[in-house]
Amino acid sequence: MTILIDNCQLKIVNSYVPYAIGYMLFQIGGFELKIGVLIKQVPATDKVRIDEKTGTMVRSEMEAELNPLDMYAVEEAVRIKERLKDVHITAITMGPPSASDAIKDAISIGCDDGYLLTDRRFAGADTWATAYTLSMAIKRIGGFDLVLCGERATDGETGQVGPSVGAQMGIPVLTYVSEIVELTDKYVRVKRAVEGGHEIVEVDLPALISVVKEINDPRIPNLSGKLKAKSAEVKSFDAVSIEADQSKIGLGGSPTRVVKVFYPKLTRSGEIVRSKDPQSAAKALLEFLKSKEII
Amino acid sequence: MPGVWTLAEFREKTINSVSYELLAWGRSLADALGVELSSIVLGYEIKDVEILFDHGADTVYKIDDRRIEHFLPDVYSNILFSLVKQYDPQIIIASATTYGRTIMPILSTKLNTGLTADCTKLEIGEDGTLLQTRPAIGGNVMATIRTQTKPQMATVRPRSKKPISYDKSQGKIIIPKIEDELFKSAYRWIKFEKDESTDLPIQEADVVIAGGRGMKDEKNFEMLYELAKKLNGVVGASRTAVDMGWIPYSHQVGLSGKTVSPHLYMALGISGAIQHIAGMSSSDIVIAVNTDPDAPIFNVADFGIIGDATEIIPELLKALGDKDE
Repeated sequence: MTILIDNCQLKIVNSYVPYAIGYMLFQIGGFELKIGVLIKQVPATDKVRIDEKTGTMVRSEMEAELNPLDMYAVEEAVRIKERLKDVHITAITMGPPSASDAIKDAISIGCDDGYLLTDRRFAGADTWATAYTLSMAIKRIGGFDLVLCGERATDGETGQVGPSVGAQMGIPVLTYVSEIVELTDKYVRVKRAVEGGHEIVEVDLPALISVVKEINDPRIPNLSGKLKAKSAEVKSFDAVSIEADQSKIGLGGSPTRVVKVFYPKLTRSGEIVRSKDPQSAAKALLEFLKSKEII
Repeated sequence: MPGVWTLAEFREKTINSVSYELLAWGRSLADALGVELSSIVLGYEIKDVEILFDHGADTVYKIDDRRIEHFLPDVYSNILFSLVKQYDPQIIIASATTYGRTIMPILSTKLNTGLTADCTKLEIGEDGTLLQTRPAIGGNVMATIRTQTKPQMATVRPRSKKPISYDKSQGKIIIPKIEDELFKSAYRWIKFEKDESTDLPIQEADVVIAGGRGMKDEKNFEMLYELAKKLNGVVGASRTAVDMGWIPYSHQVGLSGKTVSPHLYMALGISGAIQHIAGMSSSDIVIAVNTDPDAPIFNVADFGIIGDATEIIPELLKALGDKDE
């Protein structure tokens, strides 16, 4: 683990630098960095249960939470802020007015401020229209050096909005990032978790990074964070304030349409036997594997 | 007539099996439309592209250039964009791998067209458009989606279709000319660090042997690796096991991990929280072993044993060992 200071330019050579050491050195060579974190409010999955008759998910309409995979993006932004001087983190989300809770959650963890994009005209947006809307808001805010987002949301599970925002903005996209290896005011070097290993790649800023769970261990907000969030004002934008082209937002601006929704039955009615002893249980397993021609 | 395209994928310069699965989907779509099926090959010194013909491709568009040896999202999307503009496909599909899920949103944004993620079924509707069916909210809801713009683009869940083989081995290889300008990249590729612990990513394995809290400790995961080896599978895990540090995150199955659809899924000492079930319920065959008779995993199991996995697996290994002799 090393920290290099090169022409008063600071590099994080390892993102797990202990805070105290990092803080001292970064005071010497800090730089200004604007970070945007894209977040989403999703139905609270730990509150759901399966209806045993229909095999479908039952959940209360009211239970919502910050997308668990976005926590890693927020945490990573906060860790960068803890290491570098003059970092400003802005959380952005699109959703109904109640989605301002997601922004407050992000502020309680350490984001400085947040914007909620809310407008009836945004409703029904697919990933293309959502990415367009978010990129217009980013433009309106004045752009960021680094945009962070989670791998995907646990409701839609597409993982498309992040890369699509990067493409809308015309900036490099780094997906599946498991470590920020190095960050300066000029460039970022990351480790990407891909099939069969990790790829190390570097781009100049500004850039968009989507992170995976491996990257960190998100903190739980402390009392002062919660208090800060409580009193924080969540700024909101509508379609007019971000100067969005009305033909590119919401359901009307979405190139895809859901034509059918159905609920598959998840349950199976397999044979469940109680193990008398490990030997006979193993024998039963072996017989089952044979019957399915696996062995 | 504009055709159907699949984006071929490679590991270490060799065509990956997901490329064949895509061709199986692509073949059914191209036949329904009566159009040509093409596979797009981007890379450097890619071996044996003719194999793509054996798996259903009529045409291969091949760009073989040292400058695209590694995945550079901007160069890849620029090249694909120019090919789309030149050849005008009506459908483009890619695998829902880290490659497909990165390049496709960038490309679809540039093309101002829609994209559907992680489909498990693709078919041609009565009106000739692509009907894309995908699970959402952990597989509890299935949605069929239509794209109103062209080309119609989708990523497809690995292992959602079996590759097909044709005895043809021939087809047309087209080598489009790409302007130098398009090879300029903002990315500086540094290196690849191969993961020594896994042979196959869990999403691509035929057999997944998954362990959870009921495996009790990290040491007991060794028996899972042994079982996986005997059954030609890989080891998966519940979130708890990953959070305990028994196994790396890349093995996590579930809503905040990977979604898998292997032929056989063995849930050992996994109670089956809804988030876990979301990641494995599309497996062909599910076996569960758990001490708790009320564990929800038994609801999605084809065969279940109420018992202690850490005691039963060693016996199963013994029994499997005997079989080999």
